[in-house]
Amino acid sequence: MHISRYLIGALAALGLGQAALADRGTDGQVNILYWQAPSILNPYLSGGTKDLEAASVVLEPLARYDETGTMVPWLAERIPTLENGDVAEDLTSISWRLRNGLLWSDGTPVTSRDVQFTWEYCTAPGGGCAQIEKYGGITAIDTPDARTVVVHFDGPKPFPYTAFVGAQSPILQHAQFADCTGPRAPECTAENFAPIGTGPFAVEEFRPNDVVTYTANPNYRDPDKPAFARVLLKGGGDATAAGRAVLETGEFDYAWNLQLAPDVLDRMESAGLGQVISTFGALVERIVLNLTDPAPEHGNERSTRAHPHPFLTDPAVREALSLAIDRPLLVELGYGPAGRVTCNIVPAPEIYASDANDACKLQDIARANALLDAAGWVDSDADGVRDKDGAALRMLFQTSTNAVRQDFQALIKQWWSEIGVATELRNIDASVFFGSDPGSPDTFQKFFADAEMFANNFDGTDPEAYLANWHCDQIPTPENQWQGSNIPRYCSGAYNALVDQMRRTGDLEKRAELARAMNDTLMQEFILLPLVDRGRVSANANSLGGVRLNIWDSELWNIADWYRKDG
Amino acid sequence: MSERASLLRRLARHPGAATGGVLFAAILAAVWLGPLLWPLAPDVIDVRARNLGPGLAHPLGTDQLGRDTLARVLAGGRLSLSVGLAAMAIALGLGTLIGVCAGFFRRLDGPLMRLTDLFLALPLLPLLLVMLLLFRDSLAGIFGPEGGIFVLVVGAIGLTSWMPTARIVRGDTLALKEREFVLAARAAGTGPIGLMTRHILPNVLSPILVSAALGLATAIVTESALSFLGLGFPPDFPSWGRLLSDATIYLADYPERVIAPGLAISLTVLSVTYLGDGLRDALDPRLGR
Repeated sequence: MHISRYLIGALAALGLGQAALADRGTDGQVNILYWQAPSILNPYLSGGTKDLEAASVVLEPLARYDETGTMVPWLAERIPTLENGDVAEDLTSISWRLRNGLLWSDGTPVTSRDVQFTWEYCTAPGGGCAQIEKYGGITAIDTPDARTVVVHFDGPKPFPYTAFVGAQSPILQHAQFADCTGPRAPECTAENFAPIGTGPFAVEEFRPNDVVTYTANPNYRDPDKPAFARVLLKGGGDATAAGRAVLETGEFDYAWNLQLAPDVLDRMESAGLGQVISTFGALVERIVLNLTDPAPEHGNERSTRAHPHPFLTDPAVREALSLAIDRPLLVELGYGPAGRVTCNIVPAPEIYASDANDACKLQDIARANALLDAAGWVDSDADGVRDKDGAALRMLFQTSTNAVRQDFQALIKQWWSEIGVATELRNIDASVFFGSDPGSPDTFQKFFADAEMFANNFDGTDPEAYLANWHCDQIPTPENQWQGSNIPRYCSGAYNALVDQMRRTGDLEKRAELARAMNDTLMQEFILLPLVDRGRVSANANSLGGVRLNIWDSELWNIADWYRKDG
Repeated sequence: MSERASLLRRLARHPGAATGGVLFAAILAAVWLGPLLWPLAPDVIDVRARNLGPGLAHPLGTDQLGRDTLARVLAGGRLSLSVGLAAMAIALGLGTLIGVCAGFFRRLDGPLMRLTDLFLALPLLPLLLVMLLLFRDSLAGIFGPEGGIFVLVVGAIGLTSWMPTARIVRGDTLALKEREFVLAARAAGTGPIGLMTRHILPNVLSPILVSAALGLATAIVTESALSFLGLGFPPDFPSWGRLLSDATIYLADYPERVIAPGLAISLTVLSVTYLGDGLRDALDPRLGR
């Protein structure tokens, strides 16, 4: 009796003492709160960060970025480079080699055919693949043996690390998705809700827009990981409740993306149960202006290039809207130390950041008014709103429901009213606004409004794919199920040429120059009005160890290393 | 005239009704005349004066953008009460019409009451959410953005809260239509429309008035719930529900921002309910004589 009690005590002490080096599944359950609930676990069918990150626990790419922005091999043995000979001299092909002995969570081996299939899956016509820009320029993928993948490009590809790199293009299992290509992709509910992956966890149950439970993957490549046996990823609620659940009540271990007023966060953290963690990357809160007419009478052609916008097509109006905004005040009110003023859509890494647009840091209402006067926008009917040829400067300005964003809306509305622009505000639940449902009229991609505000960034450290978002091909339309990231519906031959040129340029300096030129084009066209370079803010409980907040990839990128701390 | 005077006298003698009536009148006056007495506008942002506690310049303090809380509560009341009154009027009209028709025409009774049951069985909040989603754009096109959402919210609340009125009115109509004076009027050749308007409606007025008061309270609460969920009026139109919802994250630091609109909703609903209660007692000939 006594002996067995001692034994149990000793065993418990052993278990606690080795928490950091625990065996697989010894640390119980980790509870993660994403206040935007994931709606699908297939990253190829959703542009939403919440879906990508929920899927990243299961699906893994060949290589990904660590928290410093450095590329690290993940399913691949090493990063292919020109030096190690895995990138061809003429830059037209790259060969990846899979790690030895990789298994899917169902026990079958991972082969090069799976990688090849992933490319076929995303590029199949009619599939509406959300990450198709990752696979731009690939002509063929060869699989000389079960572990080698050779990707061929249509020309020299100086930055070949777009396909299969980062949380946005992980590897799908061929056996599972073979019948789900092309137009059948969205219909494969069972597959899209529970993809089989190589990650540290496998989906146990997924209730869309609510909760995902994962269990440790028995076939994970590192026999000692993950330390947790189960992951509960709860979705829904709002950022305030999420922050409170981790920092004040301790119900959850990790809360994602806490976009809250700085004083609110400070107060929550003072409860002492957890800590707020933050890091800066390329996440830019911006206002996007719609170059097409969102008026409901256009029916199916709302917000398509068939109908140009009545006044936002005038560059003077767009510039005036930008000049009227006091960005430093927005940062002070909304973000405090978790934000920086920016005038660029690509604010980081350093070599890509342009300094040609810094004038936007100063609010200049007088100049904005003068610009509008000069462009012929005057208040002819004395109702306080400028107009010209029957078109009045009345805008619908939408964003997601979020206290900081609603404060921004109110401030910006006031500034715009000072330059004779009337603004109507709308806020939409974040799960709907960033949702991937092509049937909903309220998604940010459909953009049935004149202006909208949200934040976006690029994963990885290379902005090529991100800057290609404003290529004419990327405009969301009814034909592509409103997928595509060219939200302002911008289309310029000169810009397309820059995109194509960057695709062909290998020299890093030259690429930086091109990126800055593209950034400057977008900024000087004033179709995107950057406001704040946002640090990523999340929170973790004091008892959760191993978190390395990563802004260049999924926040859950290293969940295999998370563990429960003592005490 | 004397009848009305005696009704007022009876109401005044009912302590709940008297307090409720005075309070509701005071709230109405404050909300509609308030802007004349309190000059600050609800949407003017003064960032230097943000997060102020109650003081002389701002009796209820200011919010996180420096907007005056008192002005916002007054403006919010205008919106909330307008919605409440308009929605109540729709619910009342619809409920009375359906109730009288169901009670008067035996053939309509079955279908209309089943319709009432159907509406009573519907979960209201989800239904409202769907209505808002479906019709917001088209109505905004017809009535303009603010008018559109007003019509929508008022219509949605009105169309989903007429059922209790309809049931009460039907019951009273059924009883009335067999009374001698109705039979006499019928014998004298009065048509159904005349019977309804001249003989039945005046006699069911008291339950209608009572359900009006209760309906107003329900409508205000429903609008607040919608706004609290972020689905009612846009963020720049502060209704009481939205003020509440905006203030919840500051609950711990600046409780007065939640208390002000919360108290306004509670007091209004309470006063209207008491008024309705007293009205019922005062109008009931069997009580208080």
